[in-house]
Amino acid sequence: MSRRGGVPRGARIRTGIPLNSLNTKTYPYAFLVPAGVVYGLLFLLPTIMSFFFGMTRWTLTDWQFTGLDNFVTFFSEPSLNIGIINTLIYAVVTSGLKVVLGFALAVLLTSRLKSKNLIRSIIFFPTLLSTIAVGITFSNLFHPTMGAINGLLAGVGIQGPDWLGDVRIALLSVAFVDVWKGVGIALVIFIAGIMSIPGHYYEALAIDGGNARHKLFALTIPLARPAINSVILLSFIGGLRTFDLVWTMTGGGPGFTTDLVASIIYKQYQGGFYGLATAGNVLLVVLVSALVVPLSRFLSRSEVDL
Amino acid sequence: MKRTLSALLCIAAFSLGAATAAAAQTKELTLLVDNQSNVIGLKAVAQAFTDKTGTKVTFDLRPGGAEGDNLVRTRLATGDMDDLSYYNSGSLFMALNPAKNFVDLTGETFMAPVIDSFKGVVSVDGRVYAAPAATIMGGGWYYNKAIYAKLGLKVPKTWAQLMSNLEKIKAAGIVPVEASYKDSWTAQILILADNYNVLAKNPSWAQDYTAHKAGFANTPSALRGFEKLYEIYKKGYINKDASATTYDLAIKALADGKAAHYPMLSFATAAIASLNPAKANDIGYFAQPSDDASVNGLTIWMPAGLAIYKASPNIEAAKAFLAFLLSPEGMAVNMAAVKPDGPWAVKGIKLPEDLQGATKDMLPYIDSGRTAPALEFLSPIKGPNLPQISVQTGLALKPPIEDAREYDQDVAKQAKQLGLSGW
Repeated sequence: MSRRGGVPRGARIRTGIPLNSLNTKTYPYAFLVPAGVVYGLLFLLPTIMSFFFGMTRWTLTDWQFTGLDNFVTFFSEPSLNIGIINTLIYAVVTSGLKVVLGFALAVLLTSRLKSKNLIRSIIFFPTLLSTIAVGITFSNLFHPTMGAINGLLAGVGIQGPDWLGDVRIALLSVAFVDVWKGVGIALVIFIAGIMSIPGHYYEALAIDGGNARHKLFALTIPLARPAINSVILLSFIGGLRTFDLVWTMTGGGPGFTTDLVASIIYKQYQGGFYGLATAGNVLLVVLVSALVVPLSRFLSRSEVDL
Repeated sequence: MKRTLSALLCIAAFSLGAATAAAAQTKELTLLVDNQSNVIGLKAVAQAFTDKTGTKVTFDLRPGGAEGDNLVRTRLATGDMDDLSYYNSGSLFMALNPAKNFVDLTGETFMAPVIDSFKGVVSVDGRVYAAPAATIMGGGWYYNKAIYAKLGLKVPKTWAQLMSNLEKIKAAGIVPVEASYKDSWTAQILILADNYNVLAKNPSWAQDYTAHKAGFANTPSALRGFEKLYEIYKKGYINKDASATTYDLAIKALADGKAAHYPMLSFATAAIASLNPAKANDIGYFAQPSDDASVNGLTIWMPAGLAIYKASPNIEAAKAFLAFLLSPEGMAVNMAAVKPDGPWAVKGIKLPEDLQGATKDMLPYIDSGRTAPALEFLSPIKGPNLPQISVQTGLALKPPIEDAREYDQDVAKQAKQLGLSGW
């Protein structure tokens, strides 16, 4: 919204037709019906139903109401609640690294660099790969004795760790692969954000005698805020819902040490605990909205107009 | 009245037509099987069946372990099952609701020679729902006889003797025990294979466990399984890359003599032999030792069963296939294709003389009656998280008592889901 005054919302400009009414009355609501039905049947209805089935013991054909038992189980069993902590760690680490690395690369790749188009392509390329393929490839590269990564490290005289088997670093190893794969998207959004900053701001800064540090902290970062916020939100939500990468790389193991909420839900479903799995999904919805809605409010407050 | 009659006639005509059409079309059977079981023999039987009757049998592969359970359950729930399903017997089979999903085979003549202890683990309310598709398995330890001979070791009768063997093997620079925790299902074998020893101490263990009177954490003899799994890690007896090792890599390490032991179901015998045929005779097998030299027996697993999907359009052809599989002719084809890994769950079938060494080591336990079924054949409850919990124990991430408690919670969850009383 504009803060610089000017024409107030809904004002009549010459034609005498209110701008808002022109926008809103163009199409009848009936046009929304086909999409609404699909959305309602495939999304809204199952979501509402899941709140009910989360409170039952369910065999897909038969159910028994159990109140909040499933939720209590989810929080009391170590093999289930470890996922909540892991998911938070995973989401914070991956989105943090994607923002920092992605932004640094974007600043670098919007400067006057010779081979920047090539580097942009190289960094963006992993985004195009299938997550499953990436997971399988990396779990082989990470193999402690036969993997290429430890082979390289051994070549320079370092004994590499068991990347996915050592419980202290397994989750971070998966997070690293997630960042490798996802930083390209962050980079593209950041580049778009930085390119959209008008050049005359930088000219003004140069006239005022600002140096490179001023340029970055006083201009680029504040003015690229919308892009930064989008990346934070997208990667944070992505991190909270991650499943495929963890499943292909570790299957949640060793033990339960790299289990995320999504992989735990999948395992409950595998075990035939359909009610418990549904309760987990409800928790995930609550978790994501409880974290992301306030975060998004907070972030949007700090945006400024160009 | 007239209208009803014509409608009836219509229906009759239609169903007759459908019946003849079905009979004419029964040229292909589908069979869903996991990708880790050795089905060389079964495929040979299927080929012979096709040659004989003209009915083709197509094998559809699915994953093993929990992933496979999920797939089978989903296909049953959505009414999209193959004609024949190859699946575990015992508690896992019971969880599929056999009475609802599979054809009752109780009265079939081809089921007559099947041993009662197999029928018991695929029955609900006295009705039998699957035919044995493989041989009876033991749960114990594969070991390398060449390494034992070189180091002058004897087959252990007690856990303490096994530990001292492992210590000597470690000192000789060989991996004492191969662990394959990347395939988490393999981690639970050591706990499950201890059931003979648990029952020797607590004869009522299975009933008490099912009735929720006893659990793994509060039954010292049952807790031993977890403690043993923990101990081999703590003492440094397992391979360093255990959490990155799969079942396939582990049997290779054993076959090549890189590791001295591998605790596993005896169904791996043929696969191990095929990986290194020159050294196949080096591989032996012994039951999981107990703490007491006078208690020495084998925990056994009933073979996987083949069940016919109730809504299959080819039930008669599927029955014909099962009849052929269990007939002496089918058995002969099977054993000509691959050496059996153990005795059949079918009466009157003689095993060939040239069995693998590991199988020969296993048979005396069975012949002398020193066997007990694994817990999953004595109780309908098996917690689905045992594989992951076992990995946790096997890498000593938590003390064994905590893992046992966690597993007891998992078991309680499963019992409630099955709707058992007393939980």
